[in-house]
Amino acid sequence: MKQFISFVKKEFHHIWRDKRTLFILLGMPIMQILIFGFALTNEVKNSQIAIFDQSNDAATQALRTELDASRYFDVVQDIHSYPEIEAAFKKGAIKLAVIFPENFANDLDHFNTAQVQLIADASDPNVANTLTNYATSIILDYQDRITNNRRLPYTIKAEMRMLYNPQLKGAYSFVPGVMAMVLMLVCTLMTAITIVREKELGTMEIMLVSPMRPFKIVAAKAVPYLLLSIVNITSILLLSVFVLDVPINGSLLLLIFEGILFTLTCLAFGLLISTKTDSQQTAMFIALTGMFLPTIMLSGFMFPIENMPLPLRVISNIVPAKWFYYIVKEVMIKGLGIGAVWKETLILTGMLLFLLVLSIRNFKIRLA
Amino acid sequence: MPAVIANNLTKQYGKKKDIVQALKGISFEVEQGELFGIIGPDGAGKTSLFRILTTLLLPDGGSASVDGLDVVKDFKAIRHRVGYMPGRFSLYQDLTIEENLEFFATIFNTTIKENYDLIKDIYQQIEPFKDRRAGKLSGGMKQKLALSCALIHKPSVLFLDEPTTGVDAVSRKEFWEMLRSLKKQGITILVSTPYMDEASLCDRVALMQNGEILSVDSPEGVIASFKQPLVAVKNDNMLQLLNDLQQFEGAQDAYPFGEYHHVVLKNGYTGPAVADYLRQHHYEHAAVQTIKADIEDCFIALMKSEKH
Repeated sequence: MKQFISFVKKEFHHIWRDKRTLFILLGMPIMQILIFGFALTNEVKNSQIAIFDQSNDAATQALRTELDASRYFDVVQDIHSYPEIEAAFKKGAIKLAVIFPENFANDLDHFNTAQVQLIADASDPNVANTLTNYATSIILDYQDRITNNRRLPYTIKAEMRMLYNPQLKGAYSFVPGVMAMVLMLVCTLMTAITIVREKELGTMEIMLVSPMRPFKIVAAKAVPYLLLSIVNITSILLLSVFVLDVPINGSLLLLIFEGILFTLTCLAFGLLISTKTDSQQTAMFIALTGMFLPTIMLSGFMFPIENMPLPLRVISNIVPAKWFYYIVKEVMIKGLGIGAVWKETLILTGMLLFLLVLSIRNFKIRLA
Repeated sequence: MPAVIANNLTKQYGKKKDIVQALKGISFEVEQGELFGIIGPDGAGKTSLFRILTTLLLPDGGSASVDGLDVVKDFKAIRHRVGYMPGRFSLYQDLTIEENLEFFATIFNTTIKENYDLIKDIYQQIEPFKDRRAGKLSGGMKQKLALSCALIHKPSVLFLDEPTTGVDAVSRKEFWEMLRSLKKQGITILVSTPYMDEASLCDRVALMQNGEILSVDSPEGVIASFKQPLVAVKNDNMLQLLNDLQQFEGAQDAYPFGEYHHVVLKNGYTGPAVADYLRQHHYEHAAVQTIKADIEDCFIALMKSEKH
């Protein structure tokens, strides 16, 4: 036991004295949460729009005010001719143009129908889509209000309610994703690298010619990274609750337990990589391509798995991050208990045991 | 019982096409408390041999034992009782001298205090810098620290793989003095080195080349086995002189040796014959001296005879 503690202490010295790496390890989750939370968001806010109002009556004025007042749009330009629209788009000054034809209010009052044209910059299709949807719903709202006191024949209204994330905030899906990514990076990459570094520096050679059991060496290496990961889980959760307003609806204890389970799985994978490689570069390469990319691509965090072709959907099942991502979403966002995620928890546990057994069997007690 | 026994050890690397035969049947014995040197050029197989004896590699053939324990079967027991210092500096560069030593003491289930006597002479020299990180030490200090760490658990056999490579002449000399004093404490020491001049400091030496042991003997024995006459020659134009000496019919071998050229003569030839030959070739001031062979001459002769 004394051996073990001394080894863990040594490991902490390594981490603590490499300030740059430590800074990255602890700073990365914070940076990522902030980047995803404020910069890389697919929510559309304060988009700049232009209005070409050829009617300029009470109705168009009202609509213009509605658009400008919403948090999605800022009216930045008034346009007076069609060529100007094109020019404004080319300059990149606006994302959307709203065009009211002549006699808008007149048509609405007398013919019961009026037209409004929305022109969007579809060089970014997602944004264009979102913007036209927002604009349409604002216009429909307005229409609802003016038709309120009249009965229209045959109307079906779809009432929508967004459960668990009523405001459709992106943070609800990326917080679990970032958690999976950070833990993966810290645990898999760092364990693989620190063990391989001992091989590269030749210290593993001395460690092997000592009474220290290989299993203890490996376990001692994992302990500091497990602790570091718990710090990271905590900082991610704190940031998401207090900065991004993403609530923890489920049990915090369960969430942390699942986090530790996933961390251990990542550690075991890093260990497996280290038993198979002899240079830090190879280890890093394998960890990144073997774990990091699948985590981003196939966990469902960036791209929905349901839309993938069958082979990819099958492959996604062996990506631990997919299961962790699912669990965190269920527990943290939906507020469900272990009853809802026991199957996924079991799968992760299975993966952990499999990787652990494989890496311990592969651990070389000699140099070759 | 000998402390180390190697019996026809073989080891090869690589697969089918380019096999390197690192060890081609190595056999020798090291007695308890002996300071045993393994001398050989780079690539002779010294490190492979050390790694087999320290249980880091499995031999392809043959057997070996350390302290009566088999290096394959009883590897765990051997790992408790040997000390090993690899050729490359292999301590933790970001730990201080003291932390490194403490760490290795704990790993071997002991404390610095318990075996301080053993390392005292060595450790005292670096103790003033004990808070300095190992990566920032000079070559000689690193080597002293590495030796202290290898000794801290009072090993019965100490393996030192090229401990003096890349260390300055003064530190080398000091290091060998440390080894001699360790020997007095009854520790069996196996040390490998590419420097032939260090051979005379061992109790016995094995000369190794291309995976084979050419001879095992005491330094005196090695020198005594050198029977041929040997002369040292010096002149102004040393390069031309070497060429001419190699042309001499009585010369079996001629090679540069420090500021002299050494010429091994065929039996029947003597120093004056060399002087005559040189005069004929207009070396008026050549200094020719008949000398006693030292251990390097013996090894050079052994290595050359093996090649031809």
